[in-house]
Amino acid sequence: MPHLAVSGVRASYGALEVLKGIDLTVEKGGILSLVGPSGSGKSTVLRALMGLTPITGGHVEIAGERMDYSSARAVREARDRMAIVFQQYNLFQNMTVGQNVTLAPTKIKRRPKDEVEAQARRLLTLVGLGDRYNSYPDQLSGGQQQRVALARALALDPQILLLDEVTSALDPELVNEVLDAIRKLADEGMTMIIVSHEMAFVREVADQVAFMDDGEVIEAGPPALILDTPDSQRARDFFGKILRH
Amino acid sequence: MERIIEQLPRFFSGPNMLLLLEAAGLTLGMTIVGCLIGFALAFVLVFLRQTPGLIWFPLRLICILYVEVFRRIPFIVVVYLVLFFIQTVTPNASLFTIAVIAICLYAVAYTADIIRGGLESVPQTQVEAAQVMNLSRLQINLMVVLPQAWPVIIPPAIAFAVSFIKDTALVSQVGVFELAFRGKELNNQGFSGILVFGTIALCYFILSFPLSLLGQHLEKRLATPRGQRRSR
Repeated sequence: MPHLAVSGVRASYGALEVLKGIDLTVEKGGILSLVGPSGSGKSTVLRALMGLTPITGGHVEIAGERMDYSSARAVREARDRMAIVFQQYNLFQNMTVGQNVTLAPTKIKRRPKDEVEAQARRLLTLVGLGDRYNSYPDQLSGGQQQRVALARALALDPQILLLDEVTSALDPELVNEVLDAIRKLADEGMTMIIVSHEMAFVREVADQVAFMDDGEVIEAGPPALILDTPDSQRARDFFGKILRH
Repeated sequence: MERIIEQLPRFFSGPNMLLLLEAAGLTLGMTIVGCLIGFALAFVLVFLRQTPGLIWFPLRLICILYVEVFRRIPFIVVVYLVLFFIQTVTPNASLFTIAVIAICLYAVAYTADIIRGGLESVPQTQVEAAQVMNLSRLQINLMVVLPQAWPVIIPPAIAFAVSFIKDTALVSQVGVFELAFRGKELNNQGFSGILVFGTIALCYFILSFPLSLLGQHLEKRLATPRGQRRSR
């Protein structure tokens, strides 16, 4: 049984259908990477899973449990099991690094403060920012902020971690520090869905790749297969363009 | 001119000054109390306006109508409306109470839009980051949005209150013994209009100026809450 199963999921922005029946599966400890051109719906898949973009059809199962997004309460259930890291980090600017990481575990999950703080320090050390606990986001570089965002998501103890183009907003020299942090999570067996344009990274960490275009999954399979010998013309065109750069 | 100089000692007598001091206190008091209550109620109104779904639509409509209607009525008309309405309900209500209620009703409408603008200045992505952590609407407002909105809300809110100190002169029309009222009274007693209203003008300035300074100070402090900012 897959850890996450997405079946026939649809979503629309107004009259525009942006997801036209998405099917995806992720095994426990697996890493699925979504690739494809801009506007193909990769990020929308993650937003739909987090209940930020309403799902208009299909269904989602996590560990065999049906996730229903039809009520606020059901959306909370889904959000309780997954965490997302955004392209623009979206750290709370009015809070320190430590407060960003401990906010939800203390206020929402109601875990003891000492325990949460210890965990936050451990996670920040994991992403290489153990000494920035009391810094504010605007005192950090983009790469550091993104690593804090990673720690903040991990503090929620998610069953599945969603990464939405987490290196796209970063200066090139800052990309690797974030990728290194993600590699560590991969080694620890974190189940992840990664939307990324870093093809070398996708090839390295992902065990499944799904190529998306125009709101559909065109083909999915092991990285080598999809990236090197795709069946579809659309995928060949896309990877051809990327490789030429 | 000679008349003014001749009147000076009599005008600046103890009882007259006490009268003006009291009137200034009344002006400041009703402005501050009215605006503070109004400001607090404006928050409630803004939060009610954010409620989702069809069930709350009537509530949202009332909030929107309230703001739009009150922003289009002259303050003096609000004062009279409150006066006659309150006097019908409780004939013994003090004029001060009536003035405060009028100021409050007016301040709600104006500051609600200031607050709404401030909340909307915080990027939606901050809200989304909080939503995916299952923070409630209230928690998001109080812990994430509002702290970042203060720098946008405070300056115009204080500017509104400061300018409103002057506008409260209108409540003299219903007989509240504030500055403008006492000015007319002294003028009627035979004191030179230039002398009386020059002094009253000075009083208004003395009341507003420190508040403006406070506003500027707060604006600076809120804009840089933590040392120097680093450019991104």
